[in-house]
Amino acid sequence: MFANIIDWIDQRIPMTRVWNMHIAQYPAPKNFNFWYFFGSLAMLVLVNQIVTGIWLTMNYVPSAEGAFASVEYIMRDVEYGWLLRYLHSTGASAFFVVVYLHMFRGMIYGSYQKPRELLWLFGMFIFLALMAEAFMGYLLPWGQMSFWGAQVIISLFGAIPVIGEDLTQWIRGDYVISGATLNRFFALHVIALPLVLVILIFLHIIALHEVGSNNPDGVEIKRKKGTVAEEDKAKFKFHEYYTDKKDIVDAIPFHPYYTVKDIVGVVGFLILFCWVVFFAPEMGGFFLEAPNFEAANPLKTPEHIFPVWYFTPFYAILRAIPDKLLGVIAMGASIVVLALLPWIDRGKVKSIRYRCGFHKLNIAQFVVTFIILGWVGATPQTDFKTVLSQITTVTYFMFFVLLFFYSKNEKTKPVPERLTK
Amino acid sequence: MMKKLIIGLFALLPSLTMAAGPSVPLLEANHDLTDKASLQRGAKTFMNYCLGCHQMQYQRYERTFRDIGIPTKVGEEQLIFDGSKVGSHILNAIEQDDAAKWFGAAPPDLTLVARVRGADWIYTYLKSFYVDESRPFGVNNTVFPSVGMPHVLQELQGVPTARFEEVEEHGVKVKKVVEITTDGSGEMSDDEYDQAVRDLTNFLAYVGEPTRLQSEAIGYKVLGFLVILFILAFLLKKEYWRDVH
Repeated sequence: MFANIIDWIDQRIPMTRVWNMHIAQYPAPKNFNFWYFFGSLAMLVLVNQIVTGIWLTMNYVPSAEGAFASVEYIMRDVEYGWLLRYLHSTGASAFFVVVYLHMFRGMIYGSYQKPRELLWLFGMFIFLALMAEAFMGYLLPWGQMSFWGAQVIISLFGAIPVIGEDLTQWIRGDYVISGATLNRFFALHVIALPLVLVILIFLHIIALHEVGSNNPDGVEIKRKKGTVAEEDKAKFKFHEYYTDKKDIVDAIPFHPYYTVKDIVGVVGFLILFCWVVFFAPEMGGFFLEAPNFEAANPLKTPEHIFPVWYFTPFYAILRAIPDKLLGVIAMGASIVVLALLPWIDRGKVKSIRYRCGFHKLNIAQFVVTFIILGWVGATPQTDFKTVLSQITTVTYFMFFVLLFFYSKNEKTKPVPERLTK
Repeated sequence: MMKKLIIGLFALLPSLTMAAGPSVPLLEANHDLTDKASLQRGAKTFMNYCLGCHQMQYQRYERTFRDIGIPTKVGEEQLIFDGSKVGSHILNAIEQDDAAKWFGAAPPDLTLVARVRGADWIYTYLKSFYVDESRPFGVNNTVFPSVGMPHVLQELQGVPTARFEEVEEHGVKVKKVVEITTDGSGEMSDDEYDQAVRDLTNFLAYVGEPTRLQSEAIGYKVLGFLVILFILAFLLKKEYWRDVH
């Protein structure tokens, strides 16, 4: 009976074929470690954002007069509205946590290198769309920080010569941030950008499944057809789409092995996530900023204006440069340069495990730089911190410059023939 | 223990982000959201002394009574002074424009004040009024200098007098309040006043986030469930992965 139903469907849409090709018989390297949880976790958070977002939308009022009150209505009068809101607000920060860790994984294991350049680029577009999505979402509660944060960020476009002022007006739909801005940001936040995100994520996964996953050793599991002895081939059934073109070593089917493993990651993540949601949704002012519990007031500027923590590293680069236009360019460049990693890194060895000691140092300094920039961008400026942000802006870009030069003739360790575990 | 440690660590974070605050060190409110008697006393103080000028426009009477353990009938009779329906928001009749003229600025809505300022700030603020004849209402405040608000709780606290000392700050001598004492003319002793202010702070903290206790009660169950699920998921993974290793 069940088989008949499956048959009936399979004659009409390729259900079983897609399931096998992309899940049950998809070859994944067998040595994924901790760093490989964050892709599936990003999907989990996306689903959380979409589902809680739909329910929030049912009670949210997108107008300058009603937005702030409707959020408090959700917090107080809607059944479990507080939970929906905290899941959504914590989810926004969690999205960036997992995406930053996901990107860092790509950096340390060289997952952006040939043949995964497009995969990396789609990822960077997802990151951009996510930043836009988060930025617009942050305006919606219509608190003081929503209003003034948006004011500061949108005014950055004003630094562009000639068209700048007109451009900011076009974005806002008004001479200042107003209900018109709120309405369009709402539309973009709940419809346009989620659609873009879902499409980009679809492309990201299509690109991933075409080239196959990288792994902590950076050794390809797909070998030229006919070069692998029968006893060395992976002992699992993989879809012909992959085995017809390549011989596959050291791989396991994604399902059930990585599905059961990802469940462990998901539950581990949920323990941390739910701790924040239920016990510390403000996360000490990092996830929900205190001034944002005050309704937007165009006549009262908050003492300090900071973007939310996930934008602060880039914001610090902006502030480090005294000239506004140059600052905006530097901030843009700091993201563009990440997208160009596949071409900046000229190394042949992917994984940090087999690259030179200098590369490890360079990555370590990049991590420290990123954290310092994030801290400086989230705190009031002092003379010391201005200098610190200028130094770390240099070291941020220095990472890429150095990488470009030493990767050309890098002294690497011998790369193993097969995966090490 | 662990929870306290983690909360403590995160409690340090805002001191990094919001470094600029009042120039006086804040006292610890030590309020307790589970203390219903304290919340009820706080509600009484709020309705009697604060509501005349400050609204709680997002919070409803009925919900408040239910959460802090006041029977609806009792609340209706003793805590609703303007004949509002028990299901209505906690509002007053003051016109914002008039209030702005009278006080220099309209008295802010207090629904979320505890989340904007923090409980410690409120507690310290309410204990930091002192007589200053140069101000329109004859009082000033060390936490909120030149505040537009009169010392509404003076009949409880008595007349607070500040003792000044000259201190050097960034190379400039400034007069600073080092101690505030009352003349004992209030209805309350110092300890009683502290408790009344703590109760009021507690009530404002509750109104700021009325679901705090419910959230934590559910949170323990959710975390307990997830920990068990984590163990099961881990064992399941181990079982499956025996074929791989």
